[in-house]
Amino acid sequence: MAFWIASSPHNHTQNETSALMRLVIYAAIPGILAQFYFFGWGNLIHISLAITAALVAEFFVLSLREKNIKNQIFDGSAVLTAILLGVSLPALAPWWISVIGAIFAIVVVKQLYGGLGHNPFNPAMAAYVMLLISFPVQMTSWQPPLELMHMDLNFSNTLSVIFSGFTVEGYSVEQLRFHVDGYTMATPLDTVKTNLTIGLTIAESMNSAVIGEHFGIGWEWINAAFLAGGLFLLAKKAIHWATPVGFLSSLFICSLIAFVISPDSNASTMFHWFNGACMLGAFFILTDPVSGATSTKGRLIVAALAGVLVYIIRKFGGYPDAVAFSVLLCNMAAPLIDQYTRPRTYGHQLEQK
Amino acid sequence: MESVIERITRGHFWKFHGGIHPPEQKQLTNNKPIRQIPIPAELVIPLQQHIGHAGELLVKVGDKVLKGQPLTQHTTAMSVPIHAPTSGTITDIKNAVIAHPSGLSDRCVILAPDGEDTWRERQVCNDVNMLSHDDLISRIASAGIAGMGGAGFPAHIKASSQKKINYLIINAAECEPYITADDLLIRENSPTIIQGIDILAKLLKPTQILIGIEDNKPEAAKVLMQACENRTDIKVCVLPTKYPTGGEKQLIQVLTGQEVPSGVIPVNMGIVMQNVATCFAIAEAVIHDIPLIRRVVTVSGQALEKPQNVWALLGTPVKHLLDCCDFKRSSKPHLIMGGPMMGYSLPTDAVPVVKTTNCILAPSDKEISQENKEVECIRCGQCAEACPAQLLPQELQWSAKAKDHDQLQKLNLFDCIECGACAYVCPSQIPLVHYYRVAKAEIRQKHLLEVKAEHAKARFEARKVRLEKEKLAREEKHRKAAEARRARMNAGTPEGENAKSAVAAALARVKAKKAQSGIADVETSAESAPISPVAAAVARAKAKKLAAKKKAEQALLSTDTPSSEASLEQKAPLNANNATLESKENQASIANVSDKPSDATISKDGDEAISKPTKSAQVAKAVARAKAKKRAKEMQSEKAPENANKSAESKVTDSNATLTETATETEKASKTIREEKVIPNASSANKNNETKVSVSSETPDDTNDTAVTEPSKQDRIKAAIAKAKAKQQSKPKADLVVDDLKASANNDDSKEKRIALAIEKAKAKKQQRTEST
Repeated sequence: MAFWIASSPHNHTQNETSALMRLVIYAAIPGILAQFYFFGWGNLIHISLAITAALVAEFFVLSLREKNIKNQIFDGSAVLTAILLGVSLPALAPWWISVIGAIFAIVVVKQLYGGLGHNPFNPAMAAYVMLLISFPVQMTSWQPPLELMHMDLNFSNTLSVIFSGFTVEGYSVEQLRFHVDGYTMATPLDTVKTNLTIGLTIAESMNSAVIGEHFGIGWEWINAAFLAGGLFLLAKKAIHWATPVGFLSSLFICSLIAFVISPDSNASTMFHWFNGACMLGAFFILTDPVSGATSTKGRLIVAALAGVLVYIIRKFGGYPDAVAFSVLLCNMAAPLIDQYTRPRTYGHQLEQK
Repeated sequence: MESVIERITRGHFWKFHGGIHPPEQKQLTNNKPIRQIPIPAELVIPLQQHIGHAGELLVKVGDKVLKGQPLTQHTTAMSVPIHAPTSGTITDIKNAVIAHPSGLSDRCVILAPDGEDTWRERQVCNDVNMLSHDDLISRIASAGIAGMGGAGFPAHIKASSQKKINYLIINAAECEPYITADDLLIRENSPTIIQGIDILAKLLKPTQILIGIEDNKPEAAKVLMQACENRTDIKVCVLPTKYPTGGEKQLIQVLTGQEVPSGVIPVNMGIVMQNVATCFAIAEAVIHDIPLIRRVVTVSGQALEKPQNVWALLGTPVKHLLDCCDFKRSSKPHLIMGGPMMGYSLPTDAVPVVKTTNCILAPSDKEISQENKEVECIRCGQCAEACPAQLLPQELQWSAKAKDHDQLQKLNLFDCIECGACAYVCPSQIPLVHYYRVAKAEIRQKHLLEVKAEHAKARFEARKVRLEKEKLAREEKHRKAAEARRARMNAGTPEGENAKSAVAAALARVKAKKAQSGIADVETSAESAPISPVAAAVARAKAKKLAAKKKAEQALLSTDTPSSEASLEQKAPLNANNATLESKENQASIANVSDKPSDATISKDGDEAISKPTKSAQVAKAVARAKAKKRAKEMQSEKAPENANKSAESKVTDSNATLTETATETEKASKTIREEKVIPNASSANKNNETKVSVSSETPDDTNDTAVTEPSKQDRIKAAIAKAKAKQQSKPKADLVVDDLKASANNDDSKEKRIALAIEKAKAKKQQRTEST
């Protein structure tokens, strides 16, 4: 009789990588819904475009690499990458932005480096940065929240804008971004930055229409939704606590120091927390295990470094938001940080204990 | 240290890093008592069931043995004996598949039980306190007790430690899923276990005894607590359940807060750990004189109808246990010896139960998947969080795949206890432990080869040094011997002279041998031709050789362009060589001559005049003798034609003998003659010169002094010829164009011409002088 031979351990948690990916996707749903609520169909359309492009690209490359397509294409990693990219794009960007971005993310950033588990950079963020540098106009034409827009941006209009550049009525993206008062609306981060250059204080900027009552109409809620999703992931132990804690606390500390020194020229800590891609970055992007550090200490350092970089770029850099750039920079530093933050093995270097 | 006890009393324990909580599955077996099973039809008892060496075999095939009778005896400290688990006959001693992860075969005693189960004589000890330390140790050692928790370390070695022991830790954690053997053993036999612990305490005298038990065995913990109720030296520590609390290092950390440094054994920290089952076996051995012949085995898994703990005799084939528990066979069953985390798959169900077997697991397909769903690592780091040794399993895995052995060792691969926690939690389902095992084996193999290579290198170096030393010693010896000889020779004593001449004689003999194979003189060979046809043929051949050599020499000389200065210089050593060769030959001939007692007086510079006549005289004599003999023979044959054939024949042979004699003599003579001819050639340059010049036959009379000193005759001759020609040409104009020639000579590259010119000039001057006079 033939007996089955296997190496120990023989039992397993039955955890799967794809299950982990699915969990992260579910956790992103509140944020996506908030985005939909405040900004309309744009991001949903981009997400679906990106997913389609990503899956096609993944299929193509996997068949070229003669891999197990059925297993790998639905492991959730490509879909997650596409969702993260779709979420971070300007809602009214043309369709080819998300398609190029998704293909670049999968083919170049992920598969060319060896596929899942081997990419040194976060594919979504690398694609985002590539798009931002290559197509600055499209990538900075942020759509204002629906409630501030002077026309109804329904599904067909959004679809039309994304695919043709004009609404059904014939308005361009630029026209859509006009405030009733006749100026182009920007994101709250952008607004504050521009206002500072023209000599307005933070307090004065806060009266701007896009900022609304708190830290920015829509943006604050989107970030809150991502925060909720992130907390869910933490509770599920799908992500490690060190990354969000390190990132948010370092961003908090940086902005607090600046705010204490000069409240007129520096936005508040909560403004930084609840604007831009802060929460998305803290819970969904920096927590990408593949391109991050592995030890707790290493994760804290990487995340803290990302927080500092985000603050520096937001404050002094040329771009209004900086999550993508700082994530890429930290990805580069992660292997080195890993090298220096190896945990002490049991029974080793006891005298240093 | 006090704080440790206080902490434990408060119920606070330390934590080790990582750990997991796999489904325990202990309810399958922990609610049923330990079952006695029938004796199997055959027992397969491996000689070695522990870490160390097998004992020496005491029985042979066909022997009848009684229950408890030793089958092997322990000869070294690291060997423990095995005993017959029941009475019966030894039917075979052969290699059989044993309990090993690789399915190895090893020497096993095959015992056919007789069913009587008759005990050997036993010496029950009623009072342990009566036994001395050494008695106790020898009882434990001869009972064949090895650690029953898994590693199988000989118990008597741990028990006989002379170090100061702070903690005796009794491991009852039993952290692996499914296994309930210790749980049931405690519940049913706690008094005996406590007796065993007392024996160990008597031996080790620990400050404190700690029993570590996980809180998923509340009944066993309660039984233990009751048994130790009025004992202050024993503390029952109920620990939170977490795999692998039962690991030695982990349990030490949980109970004492101390980490066992890498490469250090706990005894050196004053800690000894024993498994509860070992304590039970020690008590049985010491008190009841029952050697280790049976143990509790958990037979569990969903492929069994009646999973239960059983008392299994050592050597019971797994098949027998499965049959007792109603095993439902599937097409490809999976049998695991040990728990699901660290146990190993069995290649066959004929594998016997050994001292370290605590569980036989027969899971259903649903229970433990046989699929391998390994995907790429996503560096999630869950393995690193689960690792109790605080390693980085994901990095180890990459390095193991890349076979980067240096990096693996830097990442402390060898601190991995192979608990399987990392592979258990891995979402990519990578069989991490398997990679580590392979890498460890490779590194061990490589290390072994390196050690071998190192030894080979050392051997080679040692040999080189030895040879060098021997060579030096030899040279030194030779040098000393030579010095002594020289000293003796130079002493001037008669012995010294003798030694000198003896050496010279020896040298001469060697040279003579060489010379014998040398060139024969044409003339002498011609002379000797009529005497012996063989000698003549040899001589002819030699003459031909000589002629060829001469020709070649001439050819060589003629190829030299007289204009080349370099060739002129090159000639010199060549000639010198020739000269030395010749002189050597002379020496040889002289030696040859000196060999003969009659010519002993002839030295190197000996008078030719004296030797010449003697030789020619000898030759003449020999020839005359030969002729006389011939004549005599002729006369004899003429005189006695009627003589018998026999006598005639004999005379003919006689005459033949004399003929050959004369031939050899003449040969010898001719040789000496030839050699003497050579001597003058070599001895004086002038003579040589003359002969060579005569060979060329075109010697101008006015060879000047420079020509004599120049080593190359041939070139000189050529130069002279050229000069003569030049003279002939220039003679008519000699007086007029001397200056012109001088000028042209500067431009002329040809040295020969320049020489010729110089001579010309000299001649012209001479002429002028003679004219003027």
